[in-house]
Amino acid sequence: MEILYLLVPLSVLLVLAVGVLFWWSLGSGQFDDLDGPAQRILDDDD
Amino acid sequence: MTSSPPDREPAAEAVLAVEGIHCTACTQLIELRVGALPGIAAIEASLATHRVRVRWDAAATTLRDIVGAIARAGYRAWPVTAGGSGAQRAEQRRARRTALWRLFVAGFSMMQVMMYAFPAYLAIEGEMSADIDALLKIASFVLTVPVLVYSAAPLYAGAWRDLRARRVGMDVPVVLGITVTFVASAWSTFIVPGPVYYDSVSMFVFLLLGARYLESLARARASGAIDALLEAQPATALRFDTWSPTATSAASSTQAPREVAADSLRTGDHVLVQIGASIPADGVVVQGMSLNDEALLTGESHPVACGVGDTVTGGAINLTAPLVVRVTAVGPDSRASAIVRMMERAANRKPALLQLADRHAGTFLWAIMALALAAGLAWWQIEPARALWVAVAVLIVTCPCALSLAAPAAQAAAIGNLARHGVLVTQGHALETLARVNHFVFDKTGTLTTGRMQVIDTIVLGELEAGDLMRLAGRLEAQAVHPVAQALAMAAAPLLVADKQQADANTPLLADSIETPGAGIEARVNGRRVRIGSPAFTGALHGQPFPAHAATRLGAHTLVALADEAGWLGAFALGDGIRPGARAMVAALRDAGCRVTMLSGDHLDAASRVAAAVGIDDVQAAMMPEKKTESVAALQRSGSVIAMVGDGVNDAPVLARAHVSIAMGSGAPLAQTRSDMVLMSARPADLSHAVAVARRTQAVVRQNIVWAAAYNLVAIPLAAAGVLTPWMAGLGMAMSSLIVVGNSMRLWQGAPHTAVAPTFSTAPHAQDLKAA
Repeated sequence: MEILYLLVPLSVLLVLAVGVLFWWSLGSGQFDDLDGPAQRILDDDD
Repeated sequence: MTSSPPDREPAAEAVLAVEGIHCTACTQLIELRVGALPGIAAIEASLATHRVRVRWDAAATTLRDIVGAIARAGYRAWPVTAGGSGAQRAEQRRARRTALWRLFVAGFSMMQVMMYAFPAYLAIEGEMSADIDALLKIASFVLTVPVLVYSAAPLYAGAWRDLRARRVGMDVPVVLGITVTFVASAWSTFIVPGPVYYDSVSMFVFLLLGARYLESLARARASGAIDALLEAQPATALRFDTWSPTATSAASSTQAPREVAADSLRTGDHVLVQIGASIPADGVVVQGMSLNDEALLTGESHPVACGVGDTVTGGAINLTAPLVVRVTAVGPDSRASAIVRMMERAANRKPALLQLADRHAGTFLWAIMALALAAGLAWWQIEPARALWVAVAVLIVTCPCALSLAAPAAQAAAIGNLARHGVLVTQGHALETLARVNHFVFDKTGTLTTGRMQVIDTIVLGELEAGDLMRLAGRLEAQAVHPVAQALAMAAAPLLVADKQQADANTPLLADSIETPGAGIEARVNGRRVRIGSPAFTGALHGQPFPAHAATRLGAHTLVALADEAGWLGAFALGDGIRPGARAMVAALRDAGCRVTMLSGDHLDAASRVAAAVGIDDVQAAMMPEKKTESVAALQRSGSVIAMVGDGVNDAPVLARAHVSIAMGSGAPLAQTRSDMVLMSARPADLSHAVAVARRTQAVVRQNIVWAAAYNLVAIPLAAAGVLTPWMAGLGMAMSSLIVVGNSMRLWQGAPHTAVAPTFSTAPHAQDLKAA
């Protein structure tokens, strides 16, 4: 069970890393328009 | 302070968008702070739309002071202007991103903390070593801190705002609950080992933020109709520096228009509107003929034909041919601005029930905290270890979010639905009253009828079929200004425009057109002499008498005949046509249990004919305006709840007298309309739709209130009895709000039943002709 002493802190770091990743994707505008891209595929001009 | 007499014009009025409104306590705080300024005539803050409408005396205070007062209360406010501002939209986008990010942090931390909490829930006493237990608790603590510090920041800000104003808002018990839980858990982690509830803290914050996020999305959808209207206004326009009507067509004009900002347009400017572009301002067509899509403004899904001399509305989309438009109204005078103002006024008006709720919100929240304290103290006697958690559960479970959303969420969704279908609700009470109406009173001209000349019948007398007859008439009358001629030209416009698009050879070639005033027009078409006009004038071309069967059939109406040298081609009857769908609407109102009466200033014959056509049996004709008012008053004395439907100009006094008044949008200039509701599309089907939506809205509000009250009644005893743990309380609180919002959004769905697809509004027969 000693491995937990490594794994638990590691999982905390992993959570923080995923958080940073999401923060970046949010900042780049990926979540601004959730419907538009789905509709755009129907647009002939694209 | 929420209302003032509508007949007194305020010195200044503005709508402010405010960020950070979460509950009725917030709106009350803003009203209190701004109301304390000198010269404020009225202030209304809306929980449903996050907007504040304020009227004030410009001499006593300024908009800057008002925004300042709101800022001092702890909120960010900025004025909303018709035309929309990019800064505001950027601000909204930034706020949405931040909210999503806070939600994500809480959600992710919740999942991970749940993992760390899991072993403690499953482990048998002594199975887990103290080291591992401490490690998991510390890991939970590390991941809960961001939730408390970052995700819950808006909750703390809200609570701080309330406390500074020495009042209790909805955030205060919430913040108290999560803080107590977190501090007690931290104590168990680092000082005296005991149970921890980090998972409850992060889950509660996640659910609460999630509910608020979804609620803000729903609200954005409800006010989407307003935003769509603002976004339809183009930012630029093609303006002619000088304009003279010499050029033969807009497209081939030698004068090149310049692109300018739409804001800089002034009344009297001439602008070119390209195919597919939005019309930049209200105006009159001076050149060209086209079809316009006015769906956003009127809800009318079919394109509307327009030609020289017709008015067009800013925001409509020009579909088929370039137009030159002379601007007649810009900025706050424009129709779109008037619509936006009226919609905002209605959305900000609070129903009576809500005003009552507002007054008691503070007392209610104090009662919750007293109750939580009492439950905690009681459990202290029974089982001290659980006392704290019971108090926290009571605190969280009683958060009256659902109750405070019950009415405004439903109303916002209903107003949004109606706006999409061309019904403007301009007074907040209109929906409540319309749901109770049991007697509809209609004006005739302009309400049940279209109020203008239009082709109501066509007879084929020669070898030309109806469609070609109409094309020919349209071409012959294209340049004439007589109302009869214009009615024909308008009826033919959709056909001619369609021909142009398909380069169809059907379009007759025209030469040597000569108008004989008062009689008709003669021209050479494909080499033949053709006349259109009165039967006497056209008959003179070939000398045959007008056919008797046609004369009997069209007898009562204005008659226009069409002939060439060989004989009669056909005839049109023109008159004040019944609105398409009027009969179905009257039937629908009857089915809804309402009586229907028609009041008309016209003589009995004409009135009875229209009444019979739409299926009304109760007709009162030859009535002066005062007489109409008396008649409505008499009906009211007999206990009826009256809805008066009129064109909005001539019947203003009757409209004012009725319980709820509905005006046809095509009648009066919109900005002057004093009615409670406006049928922008002037489609009768929309009226029965509005009645149905009003009734559904009342039902939904009742459901919401019963649900929210029942939830609190059941949950409070359970929490006080110690059955609910803090996380269950959090789940229940968030779910009850979501259910209320979800139930209200049902009102967003639903469209009017149109039995017959309406054709071009100016040409009731166009569809038949096209088919022919």
